[in-house]
Amino acid sequence: MNIRVSASDVAERTLGIIRDLKHLEGPMLPILHAIQAEFGYVPEEVKPLIASELNLSRAEVHGVVTFYHEFRDHPAGRHVLKLCRAEACQAMGSDRLADRVRQLLGIDFHQTTLDRAVTLEPVFCLGLCACAPAAMLDGEVYGRVDEHCLSEIMAEVRQ
Amino acid sequence: MSLVHEIDYGTPASRSQAQVSLTIDGRTITVPEGTSIMRASMEAGIQVPKLCATDMVDAFGSCRLCLVEIEGRNGTPASCTTPVMPGMVVHTQTGRLKDIRRGVMELYISDHPLDCLTCAANGDCELQDMAGAVGLRDVRYGYEGDNHVKARNDGAINAKWMPKDESNPYFTYDPSKCIVCSRCVRACEEVQGTFALTIEGRGFESRVSPGMHEHFLDSECVSCGACVQACPTATLTEKSVIAIGQPEHSAVTTCAYCGVGCSFKAEMRGEELVRMVPWKDGQANRGHSCVKGRFAYGYATHKDRILNPMIRENISDLWREVTWEEAFAHVASEFRRIQYQYGRESIGGITSSRCTNEETFLVQKLIRAGFGNNNVDTCARVCHSPTGYGLGQAFGTSAGTQNFDSVEQSDVVIVIGANPTDGHPVFGSRLKKRLRGSPGKEGAKLIVIDPRRIDLVKTPHVEAAYHLPLQPGTNVAVMTALAHVIVTEGLFAEQFIRERCDWSEFEDWAAFVAEEQHSPETTEKFTGVPAELVRGAARLYATGGNGAIYYGLGVTEHSQGSTTVMAIANLAMATGNIGRPGVGVNPLRGQNNVQGSCDMGSFPHELPGYRHISDDATRDTFEKLWGVTLNNEPGLRIPNMLDAAVEGTFKGIYIQGEDILQSDPDTKHVSAGLAAMECVVVHDLFLNETANYAHVFLPGSTFLEKDGTFTNAERRINRVREVMSPKNGYADWEVTQKLAQSMGLNWNYAHPSQIMDEIAASTPSFAGVSYDYLETMGSVQWPCNEKFPVGSPIMHVDGFVRGKGKFIRTEYVATDERTGPRFPLLLTTGRILSQYNVGAQTRRTENAAWHAEDRLEIHPHDAEQRGIKDGDWIKLASRSGDTSLRALITDRVAPGVVYTTFHHPDTQANVITTDFSDWATNCPEYKVTAVQVSPSNGPTEWQEDYSELSRQSRRIAGKLEAAE
Repeated sequence: MNIRVSASDVAERTLGIIRDLKHLEGPMLPILHAIQAEFGYVPEEVKPLIASELNLSRAEVHGVVTFYHEFRDHPAGRHVLKLCRAEACQAMGSDRLADRVRQLLGIDFHQTTLDRAVTLEPVFCLGLCACAPAAMLDGEVYGRVDEHCLSEIMAEVRQ
Repeated sequence: MSLVHEIDYGTPASRSQAQVSLTIDGRTITVPEGTSIMRASMEAGIQVPKLCATDMVDAFGSCRLCLVEIEGRNGTPASCTTPVMPGMVVHTQTGRLKDIRRGVMELYISDHPLDCLTCAANGDCELQDMAGAVGLRDVRYGYEGDNHVKARNDGAINAKWMPKDESNPYFTYDPSKCIVCSRCVRACEEVQGTFALTIEGRGFESRVSPGMHEHFLDSECVSCGACVQACPTATLTEKSVIAIGQPEHSAVTTCAYCGVGCSFKAEMRGEELVRMVPWKDGQANRGHSCVKGRFAYGYATHKDRILNPMIRENISDLWREVTWEEAFAHVASEFRRIQYQYGRESIGGITSSRCTNEETFLVQKLIRAGFGNNNVDTCARVCHSPTGYGLGQAFGTSAGTQNFDSVEQSDVVIVIGANPTDGHPVFGSRLKKRLRGSPGKEGAKLIVIDPRRIDLVKTPHVEAAYHLPLQPGTNVAVMTALAHVIVTEGLFAEQFIRERCDWSEFEDWAAFVAEEQHSPETTEKFTGVPAELVRGAARLYATGGNGAIYYGLGVTEHSQGSTTVMAIANLAMATGNIGRPGVGVNPLRGQNNVQGSCDMGSFPHELPGYRHISDDATRDTFEKLWGVTLNNEPGLRIPNMLDAAVEGTFKGIYIQGEDILQSDPDTKHVSAGLAAMECVVVHDLFLNETANYAHVFLPGSTFLEKDGTFTNAERRINRVREVMSPKNGYADWEVTQKLAQSMGLNWNYAHPSQIMDEIAASTPSFAGVSYDYLETMGSVQWPCNEKFPVGSPIMHVDGFVRGKGKFIRTEYVATDERTGPRFPLLLTTGRILSQYNVGAQTRRTENAAWHAEDRLEIHPHDAEQRGIKDGDWIKLASRSGDTSLRALITDRVAPGVVYTTFHHPDTQANVITTDFSDWATNCPEYKVTAVQVSPSNGPTEWQEDYSELSRQSRRIAGKLEAAE
């Protein structure tokens, strides 16, 4: 799903998504989520299309997209690993965990491995404070992440 | 003199009628319900510290500086977002509040550069003021933290730093100084209505972003300046302030561009203009502005300005600079010689809609009393003369019926043949605000009747309910079809018509419009507007509440211009939409003082106040006042003067501030007329195109260099104030006076106020107007006299000026200008935001950044048929002539219609336009010309010849070629 698509294809598929969802009340976020699901990211060229279809300005769409870290401006790796960096997880050693992950993957936060296998991202609270430190791989959450759990995650992303 | 001080109340005024009393810091104050505590405090004279609040935009509550304590309530609510309640006891200054505010300021300053002494906002910075107000003495967080202030931190590149954006020619955006208060974003949204700005990112990454992280110039920004005005720091700053420094005194004056007539503070340092800032008390603009009035004043000091009078014997000669005395003596002797040789009627003059009422009054007085004839006309001839005639017939007076504030109470707005967001931008913004609606009040519905899809049809947060894309030239048919629906479906306001109009005339008109030939289904065949759209629009206008009609030159500049104006008046009367706020018939006047120049008796048949020259009583007034005998026959109109010149009976003309060669139709005919005259006197700022044919050039003064008044589209008489001495030596009224004196007239005005006194004494609708009164009132809308002592925001409230409103049959007659095999396309013309009319002023400013050339808009279908690609040079030909320009392919125009602007002299769009004109007033038919478009590889022969003529005729002896 993260294969680059041609500009005209992006426009066509985006317009389809917008037309399916524009009747909703507050349609911008559902549209952006659907676009990210479709392309794996929110391509820059969809912003003017959304603006025109919803009768907003380009600036307004840009403001919303950039406000949410969840929306990416370029494609991610095949897997996305998010490590929680919020207070509870920090108290339970998430900094050490982060160092270990960076070492294992050879990348820093916001980066993707050269083989495009995995993108590493920080996240601020997954709501799993009771099971800190927490992580999320491709939308699935992991609690009490220890060395064992980490090796499972690594095996998954290396597949 | 000092700076005009404006109080910032922090939040907009409440319109509520109910009053609420409360106590703030021990003072009791009564304010309208819905007022914020912040505003109430300011009205009590207590300024609560604030950063994100300003009274041009709604409260936002983000800066956390304006917190207050309220007895009986927990916490420290923000005073900007908390409305007053009866009996509330508020404290704005307690130990707790002081600590919080100081803490907040510490956070702000920890992420803000400390270069105050070298900062452009030094002396005009609210952040600086607030640091002072809260007693900031120390910043515990230091200044070296994680910030966006420095390009490099300890040698490493700071990813959060952004360079200054200097792409806009008039202001800069320096993100390092931004405190992210969102005032600019909100001003762009709420005041201007463009939504070009946003805050991108969040937290420390938050930045103001034009468009999608674009440069200002590339974004949707229209450079109205509202954001710059709203910015509390140096983040958005006028380049002129950066270059010059803070102003030290200011005067309130009126913009000299369009008919909106915005009030500005001209902020000065000595005789140098630092900036123009819209004045919040200006009743036309309410503190808003557009790119022209706010920034495009550079022409006033442009090097092209001619500052010395000049004479030449023949138009092929070099210009020779002479003294004022020599110039006046020369003109006087030439005009007297011509009159002796060819008769009294052989000379005339043209008044200017760019000049003040007083100057216009003097020019027509010079012609009537000095020349002894009525050969006076004005550029309204080519724009709104049909408005004068049409509304005069229907209502009894030829002016818009409303003030601009009225739009705030409209429910349905029809915009016909006007493009407010480009031509009347500040009104456009006020209209858009009403169309968007406000909390608890649904937006007004919009009907656009225009061949072209103007911006208003669809622009962020605004969408027309109906767009009727008619064929150019079919206005009357569409308006009558709307009337057909209203009459046949019984949607007319019978009670209003019976009370206010002549019922039998209505019955006659109703029977006429009800005929089947006027039904939308029949007219659809030639108007091109689907019948369903016409029916829907008619029903909406007739039944949607307060219906207001705004129209422009797309109505008047047709062979049936006057008829369309009458059709508009019919529609408003038939639906009862006259005589109260929110309704009315509103011509959007083009020039700053076109209303005033018409009021001042600039037409050959009318003395000041629209009184016919044949009326003995009126003539008697002026004859006694001026001590002369006036000719009771109307004189020549501009086109008649040119015809007479070609025939050899009209030989001399005094043209003040108008470029008829460029702005009047059928350029070749105009040039032939001018070339046939023996003494053409041009009084202007620049050697304009008409001056190519002039024998005498009298340098003019700008609106910054004189006192006077302009009358805007809502009949508002606004003061113009001299802020610098005339660079050419004399204000325009002095030039006319000295010319009159040279011709032997005993004129001795010492100040324009004396001219206004003469106008008031002779013209009933101005009887109550004087400079002293304007000083007290700020501005006043005529009629202003014993009956209407404070002026008339809304006209025809209790009855029409003429008595009963008159319904007039409006038969559609197709123009003689038709498409055929040789000229299959219809050309219509218009304007663009950044340029003004023939561009003599705006082309001499940085506004060229937005519109460097005129382009021909053509539909992709028509372009493809002709093998034309976007940006190609094309030849545009009509029966009259041809010119060439570059194509812009767009579906804004329908197939079969092409469109261009007329701002640039090298395009000379009026070479194309024909000499067809309005049947009643001779207003030229600019808006319809049958044309053909074909590929071309550059300028046409006419353009090359003309550019050579221009170059030759601008040579001044002893000087290098005057640059154009």
